[in-house]
Amino acid sequence: MSLSSGAHDRAVKPFWSPLLAGVALGLVLLLTFVLTGHGLGATGASTRLTAWLGLHAAPAATQANAYLGPMVENGNPLSSWISWQVMGVALGALAASFMAGRFRIQLDGVRSVGAPRRLVTALAGGLMAGFGARVAAGCTSGLGLSGAATLGVAAFVFLGLFFATGLVASRLVKGV
Amino acid sequence: MFPLNDAGVISGLVCGVLFGFVLENAGFGSPAKLTAQFQLRDWSVFKVMFTAIVVAAFGLYGLKLAGLLQADAVFVPTALLMASAVGGALVGAGFAIGGYCPGTSVVGLFSGRLDALVFLVGLLLGTVAFAGFYGPVIEAIMAMWELEAGDTMTDAFGIPEVAMLGILAVALIAVFFAGSWFERRSAGPVTSDQAVAGSTN
Repeated sequence: MSLSSGAHDRAVKPFWSPLLAGVALGLVLLLTFVLTGHGLGATGASTRLTAWLGLHAAPAATQANAYLGPMVENGNPLSSWISWQVMGVALGALAASFMAGRFRIQLDGVRSVGAPRRLVTALAGGLMAGFGARVAAGCTSGLGLSGAATLGVAAFVFLGLFFATGLVASRLVKGV
Repeated sequence: MFPLNDAGVISGLVCGVLFGFVLENAGFGSPAKLTAQFQLRDWSVFKVMFTAIVVAAFGLYGLKLAGLLQADAVFVPTALLMASAVGGALVGAGFAIGGYCPGTSVVGLFSGRLDALVFLVGLLLGTVAFAGFYGPVIEAIMAMWELEAGDTMTDAFGIPEVAMLGILAVALIAVFFAGSWFERRSAGPVTSDQAVAGSTN
């Protein structure tokens, strides 16, 4: 760390240790199971947001779509527990990053790969993750983390392939 | 008797706020830190996920044992193994290349990262692409390799729940030892200063 940026950096608090963060995450997950009967997630909300956007941008096509259609049949697809949970994630992350002096507006990854490349890798990565999460009917949190806590076979298969492919992909493409 | 099956706004917000708060404090808003797992220099992702899985799995087991949690009332994902494998591979590749998974991209955006917003746009476009392709072919692929015997390791393979918890606990210890060994032999975990500066050097 350079001395010139010392004044700013001093305000940046360190991350929690992985053990502390892991125990805390496990307890939050357990609380979620106890309250709701299911675990934590993310793409449930992004899928509903896609359906909602589709309903406004192209209503006929969205209603006719075999996947999104059933989601928009009964009113607003966004009115669901998972939408509130993801809104909570946003608030929680905002509070944590502000409290620890870690909030900074930036295009992260630009320093190592440059802006044009970073925009492409972020978009391409999101595309793959978005498509993949629909195939698996869950993402790292919804299927991997929450499913593994219930000892679901699907979760372990998901996590195994997730990590194996990630290891290979990170050697082939530098995205960040 | 739990679960309460509460699908309300408050429980969603509370669980979400805690989830986001912990993820940011773990460093999981930073794509540099997240992808450092795949470069094997920072094992925080494995360590945190494994710890959380073990804590929650032991907690669920303990609550069931104490008669406080209804055994069959907790959601278990269906054992559609082809769908899980293909989906896991795509989400893993997207994570390595894009720097986030879906949940952590929300954490990234709300710690100020605009590349996370781009990732989220990609996430929505990926969902649109899936919906566009959705039909008999993709449904048939997703239905392959379903385990008929059951969805949990216990139901599908007859591994007792206690044994599975033991295996997970041993795996957790192994992850911490292996991870720390790799971390000592490389540049080591990405610090919060590096993560905020957007540079791991």
